[in-house]
Amino acid sequence: MRHIISILMENEPGALSRVAGLFSARGYNIESLTVATTEDATLSRMTIVTSGNDAVIEQIIKQLNKLIDVVKVLDLNDGKHIERELMLIKVKASASHRDEMKRMCDIFRGRIIDVTDGSFTIELTGSGHKLDAFIESLDKSAILETVRTGASGIGRGDRILKL
Amino acid sequence: MNQASITDQQDETTPQFTGAEILIKCLHAENVQFVFGYPGGAVLNIYDAIYQQDQFEHILVRHEQAALHAADAYARATGKVGVALVTSGPGATNAVTGIATAYMDSIPMVVISGQVPTYAIGEDAFQECDTVGITRPCVKHNFLIKDINDIAPVMKKAFHVAATGRPGPVLVDIPKDITATLNQFEYPETVEIRSYNPITKGHSGQIKKALKLLSEAKRPMVYTGGGVVLGNASEELTQFVRSLGLPTTSTLMGLGGFPATDKQSLGMLGMHGTYEANMAMQECDVLIAVGARFDDRVIGNPEHFLSRPRTIIHIDIDPSSISKRVKIDVPIVGDVKSVLADLNTLIETEKPVQNTAALADWMQQIEAWRGKRFSDFVLDDKLIKPQQVIKTLYEVTKGDAWITSDVGQHQMWAAQYYPFDKPRRWINSGGLGTMGVGLPYAMGVQLAYPDAQVACVTGEASIQMCIQELSTCQQYKLPIKVITLNNRYMGMVRQWQEFFYENRYSESYMNALPDFIKLAEAYGHVGIQVTNPADVEDAMKEAFGPKLKDRMVFMDIITDQSENVFPMVPNGKGLSEMITGKNS
Repeated sequence: MRHIISILMENEPGALSRVAGLFSARGYNIESLTVATTEDATLSRMTIVTSGNDAVIEQIIKQLNKLIDVVKVLDLNDGKHIERELMLIKVKASASHRDEMKRMCDIFRGRIIDVTDGSFTIELTGSGHKLDAFIESLDKSAILETVRTGASGIGRGDRILKL
Repeated sequence: MNQASITDQQDETTPQFTGAEILIKCLHAENVQFVFGYPGGAVLNIYDAIYQQDQFEHILVRHEQAALHAADAYARATGKVGVALVTSGPGATNAVTGIATAYMDSIPMVVISGQVPTYAIGEDAFQECDTVGITRPCVKHNFLIKDINDIAPVMKKAFHVAATGRPGPVLVDIPKDITATLNQFEYPETVEIRSYNPITKGHSGQIKKALKLLSEAKRPMVYTGGGVVLGNASEELTQFVRSLGLPTTSTLMGLGGFPATDKQSLGMLGMHGTYEANMAMQECDVLIAVGARFDDRVIGNPEHFLSRPRTIIHIDIDPSSISKRVKIDVPIVGDVKSVLADLNTLIETEKPVQNTAALADWMQQIEAWRGKRFSDFVLDDKLIKPQQVIKTLYEVTKGDAWITSDVGQHQMWAAQYYPFDKPRRWINSGGLGTMGVGLPYAMGVQLAYPDAQVACVTGEASIQMCIQELSTCQQYKLPIKVITLNNRYMGMVRQWQEFFYENRYSESYMNALPDFIKLAEAYGHVGIQVTNPADVEDAMKEAFGPKLKDRMVFMDIITDQSENVFPMVPNGKGLSEMITGKNS
């Protein structure tokens, strides 16, 4: 089963590779991994999307907690949560396809953030499924380049991961 | 300079020390007794500071791997943090085997490695390697110091992290320019790491539940591991086992945690465990695991193990050890010493009513298994049986020696035929299974206990992996007795090839062996070769006798080549699927 795990960790050099190394050394999956500092510059917040049965996920959480740099770990799947991913996608937008592409972008509530004679760069935010759906709905030959951040997640309401 | 004068220097006139001197002062503040190491370019400043102090002794090894093993054994034998010092590049990479060995067995160590100067890092400088990166998967934690102000706080953290919770090695990488920079010295009195707070006290509700299950059990069983030894919980364990009258078995790493000569002890379990221990482990209905981790060499195939219904209680300081390979019914996270003490208090206050009739039947069943005497061996009048050597070693040392071993058949025979009644007496590489540890392990133990009898049980293959340390033993006059079970084979490899590869002995024969007697003598030691079973006892008495008390003795004992270690649970099989050998 797919799990989205939030990690609060010391903003130290090497902390990211400790987490990445743990996953590769123990054979755990990483579907995506995203990390940046928080409002407290000494802390980083990481979101890892992984998959495994309950026993594997339990071990992942325990092993993460064992890392000295890891302050807190939360399996967002344990409760209600929101996840978002950002995609930047550059598509062909020649004269004949320009309107069609603009319409698709609107339907998915994307924003065109760069325009040339022959292309649009679209910014699209949502769940991974939504981004997948947008890609699916385009003619493959129209896609010039895609870049995705991987999912970031946060608990709903009172579920707060903080020191 | 002693500790008192260090703390007196906190004023405007605070002298400036080099980073190297600060590092040494940190080691003084931690009351380090020995530093095991090997100098090199990146640690020259540190060695210069060592030259100018006499508070700890530096032990110069002949290869960095041995420095790590010796520091590791010092930690295993004393319970204190072992300290090793190596240079950058090859010094650090040579240390990796020793670090990984300590990591697998949860041994507290602080490893200091030199690094190229900060301005040269990343430029492929001479003797540069990414030590922090290379060691990351086999340390509890590691640090790269980039600021002179960090030396003291990082060293404080390193010793704290190494020794607390589930112990382990911590590496501190120090660039050469930092060791030359001047700064004040102030050693922090306390340490707080917000992300590191190991749980020590067990949950009282879970402890009650555990006691209830054990009292009501028909076939209860205690299974103990290295955690009991590391956690100094032998007394508490012994009281616990005796007060409930439970049968108990130990892993290779836990030997000595409960007296092996006690009738409640079924000996070691696992791949080469006793028949009675493995059968009881398989057939019990309530199992309490204490500081053990259900690894593959201990319970064999987990599916086979779980095919019997059984309630499992598990005490461990590391939550990730619980339910890793086997689902646990009653987990108790905590320090084994503290949890066992709580259990003992509970037993005294609650006086639980046990299922005594069922327990008596169970003990009778266990005695029936024990009565099969699968661990007996038959003496030969021409060939020396390895088991005979270990038994003689036990008798001659009156069971009171410190035994280190390498890895292989001799290790198993030592574990099987030298019953350990005290913790920390049995020093070996259980997790990583590192050949070559035996001799440097013996060095670490002998330095910690200069008057103790220290024997290194080894084989002719293992001993050659760190044989250069015979020179170190001469330099420091360490009267270690090396007991080499020389069967001219990598015995355990040969055994597997005999059992599972139709006798195709691929590369397991030790050809072109040196004359170990001449070799020992070349290093200034005493060599004794034994080829006749009738001579084993006298030779052993000579080696441990008053005449050679202060000498290192290398015993080259020519043993039966065809002997195998029994019982054996083949890889991937269940505990009750043992090959029991000649007596079956």
